[in-house]
Amino acid sequence: MTDTKKDKAGRRKFLQNATLVPAAIVGGAQVVSDEAAHAHPHDHQVVPDDIALRVRALESVLVDKRMVDPADLDAVVDAYENRIGPRNGAQVVARAWTDADYKARLLRDGTAAIAELGFSGAQGEHMVVIENTPAVHNLVVCTLCSCYPWPTLGLPPVWYKSSAYRSRAVIEPRQVLAEFGTELNEDVEVRVWDSTAEIRYLILPERPAGTEDMTEEQLVAIVTRDSMIGVTRVSAPSEAAQ
Amino acid sequence: MNSIHDMGGMDGFGPVEVEVNEPVFHEPWEGRVFGLFTGLLNPWNRGRNFPWFRFALESLPPSEYLRMSYYERWFEVISSNLLRAGLVSADELASGYPDPSRPLPVQLATPNAGGVAASTAEAGFAVSDEVRVRNLHPRGHTRVPRYVRDKRGSVVTDNGVWALQDTDERGQRLVDVPQHVYTVRFEAEELWGERGVQNDGVYVDLWEEYIEPA
Repeated sequence: MTDTKKDKAGRRKFLQNATLVPAAIVGGAQVVSDEAAHAHPHDHQVVPDDIALRVRALESVLVDKRMVDPADLDAVVDAYENRIGPRNGAQVVARAWTDADYKARLLRDGTAAIAELGFSGAQGEHMVVIENTPAVHNLVVCTLCSCYPWPTLGLPPVWYKSSAYRSRAVIEPRQVLAEFGTELNEDVEVRVWDSTAEIRYLILPERPAGTEDMTEEQLVAIVTRDSMIGVTRVSAPSEAAQ
Repeated sequence: MNSIHDMGGMDGFGPVEVEVNEPVFHEPWEGRVFGLFTGLLNPWNRGRNFPWFRFALESLPPSEYLRMSYYERWFEVISSNLLRAGLVSADELASGYPDPSRPLPVQLATPNAGGVAASTAEAGFAVSDEVRVRNLHPRGHTRVPRYVRDKRGSVVTDNGVWALQDTDERGQRLVDVPQHVYTVRFEAEELWGERGVQNDGVYVDLWEEYIEPA
């Protein structure tokens, strides 16, 4: 494996922009060094150079001790990189937009209705689907950790797990939404769902105007991950193209 | 426990930064850690009472928790659990080679302490009941965020009976008393005072023992 230099640089660059730790908490000037004066003084995670080596050492020991089979690890990585992701959730949303009976079942028993489309499994055992409307805008957070509906959305993005989102979504959701480009009128009620227990939440976004002639398959393509977390709306293709 | 993981309502972390076209795993090692987590935890934890995963994450010193990336925290917890259980040694972790003088680990059949006891319980609350979250500060893992403790809310859903996820101060699952989990709505102004927007709400899923009549 030669993941080292290039990947590490990419990871470092991303983390430097990705917000998790105030530089003051990290403390050492050597940690932030020449980046300390740049535009993001709040956020610098330190990724040890040897983490890839340490993980490889652990895996090697566990494989040699026959505690894990590397093929099983390959299969897990492949599943989440290639099959279990937000395209699944998009199919659920597009079906709900085009089939009123399905939508009713989805809102009544999310787990069963999602399973109708073949999506179930870890972190999707107890699904609740919440509908966004012109009057009420919902979004989901896990303030304590990273709870997220894996079968429909895959593994969560870094921002969903970030300190910034976890801390702010409950106290200033309108500002967070605005950062995602989601501006709400004052008379729209905001509801934040903090998934603290074993229930996992999926937001059913509003079907945008101008999509009346689109097929279910075409609709799948416009539903985004972030709209199913509730931080954005879905745009009609003409808007998105602008 | 009252530690850094319980972030709801904190200030100071800056804007939410979104990576466009983010990969599922940023580096191969992240995928391996995720795979180790899913593959190791159940078969090798059985009978060994690893500290509960969430408890172990929350037990990282706050400065370390913030310094580490997400999967680095997982790696620390996985490797420290394996070390504590004697399934690997520090020398093996450092070298990447098993010590031939140590016997191969075996999976155990004995169940762990705690966990689910039964699946039925009386519901103490009903939809639209006004409740107050008990002022709990346990030293173990709990699912009551600090920002709702001692706050008033109203029950919007009874989600049925669930296993309690809380642990004791050593990270061991508490012997479970099956109980209902309710979705409780808190008015934003109740939680955040002047920073809360009137008519906005925060919904939190709470086990029966976390709440009492308002």
